[in-house]
This record gives sequence, C-alpha cells and structure tokens, in this order.
Amino acid sequence: MVEKFDAIVIGAGPSGNAATYTLAKAGLNVLQLERGEYPGAKNVQGGIMYAAELEKIIPDFRDDCPTERHIIEQRVWLLGDDNYIGTNYRSDAFNTDRPNRYTIIRANIDKWFSEKIRAAGGLQICETTVTELIRDGAGKVIGVRTDREGGEIHADVVIMADGVNALLAKRTGFQQEAAPENVALAVKEILFIDPELIQQRFGLKDDEGVVIEIMGKVTKGMVGTAFLYTNKESLTIGIGCLISDFKAGNCPPYKMLEDLKRHPVIKPLIEGAEMKEYAAHMIPEGGYKAVPQLYGDGWMVVGDAAHLNNAAHREGSNLAMASGRMAAETVIELKQSGLAPTAANLAEYKRKMDASFVMKDLKKYRELPGIMHNNKQFFGAYPDVITAAAHNWFTVDSVDKKTKEKEIMASFVKKRSVFGLVGDALKLVRAVR
Amino acid sequence: MNMMVKVEDKLYQNRYIVDESRPHIRIKDAESCTSCTSQACTYCCPAACYSRNEAGSVTLITDGCLECGTCRVVCQDKENIQWDYPRGGYGISYKFG
Repeated sequence: MVEKFDAIVIGAGPSGNAATYTLAKAGLNVLQLERGEYPGAKNVQGGIMYAAELEKIIPDFRDDCPTERHIIEQRVWLLGDDNYIGTNYRSDAFNTDRPNRYTIIRANIDKWFSEKIRAAGGLQICETTVTELIRDGAGKVIGVRTDREGGEIHADVVIMADGVNALLAKRTGFQQEAAPENVALAVKEILFIDPELIQQRFGLKDDEGVVIEIMGKVTKGMVGTAFLYTNKESLTIGIGCLISDFKAGNCPPYKMLEDLKRHPVIKPLIEGAEMKEYAAHMIPEGGYKAVPQLYGDGWMVVGDAAHLNNAAHREGSNLAMASGRMAAETVIELKQSGLAPTAANLAEYKRKMDASFVMKDLKKYRELPGIMHNNKQFFGAYPDVITAAAHNWFTVDSVDKKTKEKEIMASFVKKRSVFGLVGDALKLVRAVR
Repeated sequence: MNMMVKVEDKLYQNRYIVDESRPHIRIKDAESCTSCTSQACTYCCPAACYSRNEAGSVTLITDGCLECGTCRVVCQDKENIQWDYPRGGYGISYKFG
C-alpha cells in the first residue's frame, strides 16, 4: 500500500519551507522531503533576509527567529586595484522594533523554520533524495520515487522546491538546463571573529549590522558582484560571476575570492578572522525570460527551481518564500473547493504570482540580464576610470580644477567614446525604467 | 603577491559525509575530454574536483564536491557529465550555509 498525502514538497529551503508550513497550518496532510542530513544542510545563501515575506507566513517570527544583525547601513562600493569609491546609506530609523532586513546564517533559519513546520503538523523526512516524479498514463504527476527502499509516495500534488539545479523538472522534461549566461556561480566563506572587532570596524552597537555590496576590478571584467556582510560573531564574504564568464575567463572562483580577501580595502575589515566554512552555489540570474512553466497536471515549481531571483536588487529568498506561499495557498483553495489539482486549476498559482511583486519586478527588469551580459564595460572599463577619476579629483597637487575636470572627462571618453557613454546610460535607464 | 590558492585548505573546513566508492558525478566518456579544447570544468569547479591528467583527459574526484552544479552547466554542450545528487544524507553538509 503506497502512502498518499495531500501534497509532497521537495526541498527544505526558503520556498519549500514556506509552502510546507502554509499547507500544514491549513490542516493539509503534507510531507516534506529533504536530501540533506538536516534541514539547511544543502542550502547556501549570501545572507540577507527581508522580513516582509516571512512576516506574511509567520507574523511573529521576530519572537524566536535566529537572525544575526538587523541592517542599519548599506554600502555599495566600486573597487579599483587598490582603492574604492562608494556610497553608504545609514539611518537610525532602521533601528526599529520591526526591522525590515537582517543578515542571517541560512542553516540556523532553516532549522528554526523546520521546527515551526513540525509544530504546525507537517511531516518532514530528511536524508531522502527524490530520484524521480511518478506520473500516471495521462502524464499527471501522482507522486515521487525516493532513494529509500520502497520509497514510492503518492500525493495529489507535488511542489518542487529543489533549488537552482532543479533536477526533477529537467529530468521530467518540464524544464531545460539553464544556459551558462543565465546562472552565476558564487563562492563564499564564513569568517568567525570577535564581535567587538565587528562593532569597532563597522561602527556598530548591539545587533546592528552593515552590508557591503561590491563591484569592480575584483571580478576581473566578468559580470558579477561581491559582498561582505556582518553577522553576530562572523563575517560573510563572497563573490559571484556569470558561469559563461567563468567558462571564458580562466580565473577559478576560489582564486577570485582569495584576491577579494587580499584587496587592500577589504583585508583590514576581515583581518584576524578564522574561516570556518567554504561554500559554493549557483544563482539564477536570467530573470523574467528564464522563468520556466510554473505548473502542470499535479505539479508546481517554486523558488530557485523556478528561477525566481531578482538579480538587480539582490532578492532571492523573499521571492522564494512568496512563491512557496502562493503555491500552497492555491492548493489549499482547490482542496477547500473540492477541485482537483489539474493544470487548469493550478494555473491560479501563476495568476497569483503575476499579480504579485515577484513577477512584476522580474518583468520590470527583464532586459537587464541581457544588457549586463553584452556590455562588459560596466564591469571592466568603468571601475578603472571611475576610481582613477576619484583619485585625480581628491589629489591636491596644484593642478587647477578645470584642468582636472577635463582630464577626467577625457579619460572617460578615451575608454568608452562619447557615443558609448551616452549609449550605456540609455541602456541602463531603459533596463530599469 | 601571486600566491597559489590552496583550495584544499578551504575544503578542509567543510563537513562531508562521504559515500565511499559511490561518486554522484561521473564523466561519461573520459576519452572525449581529450578533444575538449577548453576543459572548462578544470578551472570553473569551485572545489577543483576536476583536473587535467597526463593522458590529456580529465580526472574527477568528487570528495570535495559542493554540489553547486557548475560543472554540469559548463559541460552541457558536450553533455559529458552525468550529474546526480548524492544519496540522501551524504555529501556536503553545510554547518552555516
């Protein structure tokens, strides 16, 4: 006798947890399968979590959710060879009872989320890899096969939250392999350090946090960004670039990360810290045009597996949680109406998504991935001329300012021509308008 | 300052539950790697699991694998990598993620 559930959710990342929790809380009989040794064992995230989406699912999450620091300052830095120019935004107004953004350690959040799921009545089984979807003669998904003995389990609907690799949808033919220009590879380290040093170096008290998003020479002309985040007792540092660029670029990812750590403006911030983990993860960067079919007969796909990531705003886990919640709500509504989870009925999930910030934002930036990919000057030429211009401007050397202005303008034109500069500005404006 | 980066030192900090003699990724046909001009897997893999060998082909050791999937993506035109997840419970086990 094959066990049967109302729903099976594959994966215990942000999207899978959001879906499972929402289903369990509504009283549905839900099974969550996770291949890791424990929830979070296979999950990697840079480490910023936005509150709004989690708050919709668990309104009082702040009571016991193990966040690290709430972010009071955001820095955006453009790195040259031995310098940086950047903007910082810091405000005491971010010190509220209900902060909007936190740095997090993914594994801690996942463990916490899983406890909430179990408390809500959801069943979670770890150390179980789903090897394939089971379909009936008409092609409808009716369950999953796992790598456990007799590991066939049936459900009315299967929600694939299996992450960026999305093996199940690819094997079943629901999705294509991601193109190398549509996925980034990010590598990162977690560096443990005395919290007092974090507070001194970043000007913080209590659980205030600073995050730094980094662009520039450290990606060696490749399309990518780096980051440095402050946790309670650790720093997270990482760098990611499009896989198409790694493929062409001949700089291994770990070398790029090491060069970032040794950069003269980064090194003093992480000095004395002890590395405790090295992680790598793909990030879906293709945006709106790379989002696959989100549902079919008896199945839905959520989170990274559905390529839901807003690269322009560095938002991923909130889109994941939103999609998991909306997929679950669709299943709950069908169940309550006594309707079967056919493709036609599950289309409601896509309608919900289209009406939400998830698809609206992805649609707004739909041209951006292509522009970044085809215009490497944003990552190669510009960091050089901009930091050189700043150096020129801030060097007091008895050269008159008018001459300095001319020199700076000439250096821009030399690198990129007037038409190039104007063209780039227009492209960017169109992409983000 | 052009020091060699020892990726082994990085991987040493990670927790792995190794599935002895059951690698989850496999090069389908090592012979055909000799005709691959880029051998991009050898410099794209963040755990340096792939290395060029004396025969001009590619050797794969999956023990340090971070399960990111990059090798599969860079080799998709050649389709020479059979990529699976490890058995449930095995492989990289991130402490922090």
